Amino acid sequence: MERTIALREEQVIEDLLPRKFGKTGQLWVGVLSCICLVGLYAYYRQLRYGLGVTAMRDYVSWGLYISNFVFFVAISLVGSLITAILRLANVKWSTPLTRIAEMIAIAAIMFAALIIIVDMGRPERLLNVFAHGRIQSPIIWDVVVITTYFFISCLLLYLPLLPDIKILIDHQRTATRPFQRLYRFLGSFWKGNTGQVAISDRAINILCITIIPVAFGIHTVTSWLFATTFRPGWDSTNFGAYFISGAFLAGSGAVVVAMYVVRKAYGMDHYITDDHFDKMGKIVVLLALVYLYFNISEYLLPAFKMKEGEDAHLRELFSGDWALRFWATIFISMLLPMVILLFPKGRRPLPMFLVGIMVVIGAWFKRYIIVVPSMLHPFLPMHDVPLSYKSYFPSWEEWAIACGSLAGGMLVITLLIRIFPIVPIHETIEEMKAN
Amino acid sequence: MSELTNGSQSRRAFLSGAALAAVSAAAASCNHLKDPFSTQAAALDVTPTGEKVKLLSVDGEVIEVDRAFLKPVPHLPSVTNAEARVGIPGKKFVMVIDLARCKNLKRCQAACDHMHHIQDGQNWIKVQKMQESAHTAPYWQPTTCMHCDEPPCVKVCPVDATFKRQDGIVLIDSDRCIGCRFCMAACPYSTRVFNWNEPVLPKEIAKQPYCAETSVPQKKGTVGKCDFCPDMTRRGELPHCVSACPNGVFFFGDLNEDSVTNGAETFRFSDLMRDKAGYRLMEDLGTRPSVYYLPPVNRNFPIEAGEENDKG
Repeated sequence: MERTIALREEQVIEDLLPRKFGKTGQLWVGVLSCICLVGLYAYYRQLRYGLGVTAMRDYVSWGLYISNFVFFVAISLVGSLITAILRLANVKWSTPLTRIAEMIAIAAIMFAALIIIVDMGRPERLLNVFAHGRIQSPIIWDVVVITTYFFISCLLLYLPLLPDIKILIDHQRTATRPFQRLYRFLGSFWKGNTGQVAISDRAINILCITIIPVAFGIHTVTSWLFATTFRPGWDSTNFGAYFISGAFLAGSGAVVVAMYVVRKAYGMDHYITDDHFDKMGKIVVLLALVYLYFNISEYLLPAFKMKEGEDAHLRELFSGDWALRFWATIFISMLLPMVILLFPKGRRPLPMFLVGIMVVIGAWFKRYIIVVPSMLHPFLPMHDVPLSYKSYFPSWEEWAIACGSLAGGMLVITLLIRIFPIVPIHETIEEMKAN
Repeated sequence: MSELTNGSQSRRAFLSGAALAAVSAAAASCNHLKDPFSTQAAALDVTPTGEKVKLLSVDGEVIEVDRAFLKPVPHLPSVTNAEARVGIPGKKFVMVIDLARCKNLKRCQAACDHMHHIQDGQNWIKVQKMQESAHTAPYWQPTTCMHCDEPPCVKVCPVDATFKRQDGIVLIDSDRCIGCRFCMAACPYSTRVFNWNEPVLPKEIAKQPYCAETSVPQKKGTVGKCDFCPDMTRRGELPHCVSACPNGVFFFGDLNEDSVTNGAETFRFSDLMRDKAGYRLMEDLGTRPSVYYLPPVNRNFPIEAGEENDKG
């Protein structure tokens, strides 16, 4: 019995150690890098010629960048969901998903911060935020809470990684050799004795508890960036809950997509099983229902009263220029996934993968629909401005930068997967022994 | 010993003499070529006119300088940034806009654009064609920055770049603004504009240091807006829009003195508000603006009179 466990242990380590990129992997990294480079060139143009290279103007002064920011913040929330909430609820099946969720969270939060800097008219004055920062501005709340969330997420990735780093140091293969110095820097102090394990377990528990209010804080504050302004469509007390429920849905969609890709690319069918997809499918249905509920209260109640100000905005969304995008988003990111996932056949890996993509793309468009139409409907008429100020469609520079940031996020996730084991090795072995 | 000292002294004397000669030679060569009083000496080639002007030097001596070397002192901000942030003591500025008099002539806009070097496509003053509901009369409504007592823009600014002074004026420090445009999203009156590109300005304007009281020069990547012309009020003059309007639409004054004027007429502010039922825009938002409107009753001009100026 002892021997079989030892043998299987070796097998698990063999399966889960980071691997070199294959042909597809190299192509993937190459394509992402190219998109990032185009984005960088567009940003250079923006720095040189000013924000005028974007299609933003005085009325729509927040556009693609800000909706991208909200999207990134939303995606990043999944780290706390999968790691903290499921862990505290003592759910064991989520173990293989925790690390990928944390990696997505860290990559997303990094690019959320970056895209905000991209959106600034004077990025070189970023330090003013710290030198002259005033706590009554929601932007300062955002800076505080994003930084806190970033560090807690990094710790939540790092601490459970320590036993795995020991394994990585002990098992030098060609794929892990280039990173040995990094591993030794990060975790050579880890001996794995009971004292260290006790401290680490306690720390992880504390982090899991603290990250939940911070995660709620980060997206509530992001929603308050909008809700604290006098704008039709944003003047809502529902906004915090509405954003958080949407974020959980978007994030779990992203995890489902990543699960499928990793499983396919690395042949990890034994570790990320059909059962995982089934369970994630049930979670996605639940989250889609919650998000739909908040959508109804967000749009139906103002539409019932149709106050002046809200009127033009809501009519545009329901039956005007934005109707196609609005209803398509509701269908693609909520209703259709719900219908598909209600059937056991829909919760198999491939349909789940497609649903995940639908949810993520829908989530991205949803952010765009939250940001832009409100800006197009101010209280006073748009007057005494050139025609180009009255409508908005992002310029190629904006698209390039936004795509660059999305590609950058995926690149960070890909590189983290390349360097660290994507499924926790140590925890998998422990659970195997316990069984 | 003495020989040695002598030797070193003579060497020092020789060296310093040589240095002096070199400096004076350089100075002499400069002297007949360039203006010694200019910081951009290289760019100027001044030929003396021979006509001397008597001046008082900083030491209190009377000196004579050739007229050719005289040039205007470069424009400096009239007040320091710290003073501009405090405001004019004891004042509380208000504006009253009489909608019955507006013909959409846009002289206010033109004067404002000209004096503040506002970029094409941007207007700090906008004149909107308003209509309360389908069956009521339309009218022209000029809007400026409302200089609210509870300014939403100031609340949301993360770096204190836009601020409210004790005299009620809301201004922008373009040297501090990070260009996040939160104030633009927060302002319900849509009065703020953004410098999306490098502003096109005359050279001498562009190189001035930024002054919050004149809002000049506008800078790339920062926000701009109507400032109630505090540089004019500091001199006891009316804002440009007030004096430019031939119909006397705009009244400007001090709430503490309870008087407003458009240059030709002066009224008690409280009388105007009481007799003509003054109101403010979007009172329900709680921003408490400093700009008051008089309703468009007994209009001096039919709405059609302003149509030709309406750019939409």
